[in-house]
Amino acid sequence: MKPALSITNLTKTYGNGFVALKGISFCVEQGDFFALLGPNGAGKSTTLGIVSSLIKATEGEVSVFGHDLHTDMTRAKKHLGVVPQEFNFNAFENVYDIVRTQAGFYGLSSKIAKQRTEHYLKKLGLWDKKDTPARMLSGGMKRRLMIARALIHEPKLLILDEPTAGVDIELRRSMWSFLQEINAAGTTIILTTHYLEEAESLCKNVAIIDQGKIVKNTSIKALLQQLDSESFVLDIAPNMPQAPSIDGYKMHLEDEHSLVVEVKKDQNLSDLFAKLKAQSIEVKSMRNKTNRLEEMFISMVENNTESASE
Amino acid sequence: MSNQELLIALYTIVRREIRRFTRIWAQTLLPPAITMSLYFIIFGTLIGSRIGQMGGFNYMEFIVPGLIMMSVITNSYGNVVSSFYSSKFQRNVEEMLVSPMPNWIILVGYILGGVSRGLVVGCGVTILSLFFTDLQIHNLSVVIIVTLLTSVLFATGGFINAMLANSFDDVSIIPTFVLTPLTYLGGVFYSISLLPDFWQGVSQLNPILYMVSTFRYGILGVSDIDVYTSFGIIIFFVVALFAIALRMLNQGKGIRS
Repeated sequence: MKPALSITNLTKTYGNGFVALKGISFCVEQGDFFALLGPNGAGKSTTLGIVSSLIKATEGEVSVFGHDLHTDMTRAKKHLGVVPQEFNFNAFENVYDIVRTQAGFYGLSSKIAKQRTEHYLKKLGLWDKKDTPARMLSGGMKRRLMIARALIHEPKLLILDEPTAGVDIELRRSMWSFLQEINAAGTTIILTTHYLEEAESLCKNVAIIDQGKIVKNTSIKALLQQLDSESFVLDIAPNMPQAPSIDGYKMHLEDEHSLVVEVKKDQNLSDLFAKLKAQSIEVKSMRNKTNRLEEMFISMVENNTESASE
Repeated sequence: MSNQELLIALYTIVRREIRRFTRIWAQTLLPPAITMSLYFIIFGTLIGSRIGQMGGFNYMEFIVPGLIMMSVITNSYGNVVSSFYSSKFQRNVEEMLVSPMPNWIILVGYILGGVSRGLVVGCGVTILSLFFTDLQIHNLSVVIIVTLLTSVLFATGGFINAMLANSFDDVSIIPTFVLTPLTYLGGVFYSISLLPDFWQGVSQLNPILYMVSTFRYGILGVSDIDVYTSFGIIIFFVVALFAIALRMLNQGKGIRS
């Protein structure tokens, strides 16, 4: 089975001499839900820009379901739907026309175009706004409009660049379940995001890109297994003036009833709770200090920065 | 893409362009109607009645073909330059660039959009002119062919301008400093036979002269220039500008980084 997306030795040097990509290669298998992560300026949007043919690669190859983006451009593009980071529709056009027109650009007949426009606008909760000019929509609606537009030709690969940036929590959750639904129905999805919680709960595989290079390309599960330790915040009683001392655990107080404990991979929480109980400290509740993937991500990017500066 | 898909894509762009200029009719269709009516009243009726004959016709009859052509030129050009530049500015040009549509369809689509506005305004101005003069058409096929070619030529020019423009100022520089002077000096208001020999020669370097003269020939049956030479020159410019515009689009200057 051909990969949904195959990128080989992709480089990009912009006109001002900035090297955005230094020869990256990775594959996204069919049916995958794939996250492309990286700090700002790492090269994520450049990569997606090249795949969606809005940015010209300096070198390297890109193929979509086995169709080379240069030599077999039409078929490659038919399989690809793109939701960019910035709003890129005509703000004066109405919602219906924007989606309907996009169908025309893919050569869809009027009948199919109308049916699908109605279907996707309803699916994304925009049908009652169909006659509204796009500039009058809220931020979340504008983003959903771009998703409807990207889906109109029913691509097998959907690429979303920061789809939930600036979207409220409720809408973000509903967007997640929508993306999971179309992924379950067979659409391969690639997304970039700043919310690592999003990548952790949605995606199966991940590539982490930093300073134009892939620093990690693996499954989310495998990535999280590499985590050496996790930090937990325990809500404790009674209030304490200073952190207790327990052998083998690093801990400090965030405030008098919030104890931050670092638990290593070979340690376990039952043991920690037993030791706390022995000191008459009760744990009322507990949460992760940061998202697990976030800890991993930060340590990886920091290591990469250190090795680059050496 | 199959031929049918290409046709649908082309139709989609043209339809969108027509909807755009009809939606904002107060900015696109009304101003030329008002301006041209003023030209007819002031130059044609008030001043024209004192000018007497020009090229063997009364002044109103003489300027009507020139003014129709001027409207076709400015509207074909203006439609494409403002529409394509605003697509660049709002980045919705990306809607077309991510699609499998070939570049030549995008270019032809915008040109046909510009031609549509040029023709709508041209017809509107022609109808208005009937309130001021009787219009006898000497050669209908010449009128149709030269109008279409001129419209295509300036729509393509507008596209090149939009590709090169980096700001809204750049959109108005060419119309203000190049197009308007060339149009005014292109025989819209006078016959170049009035000019001294030297300036007649200079005027012949102005491509707009050929279009206005040929159109005037189609209406009145008289021309400053040989009609076949005119067609040759206009077709040369259409082919050259189309090739330049397509090359720029393929290179993606200003739209693909």
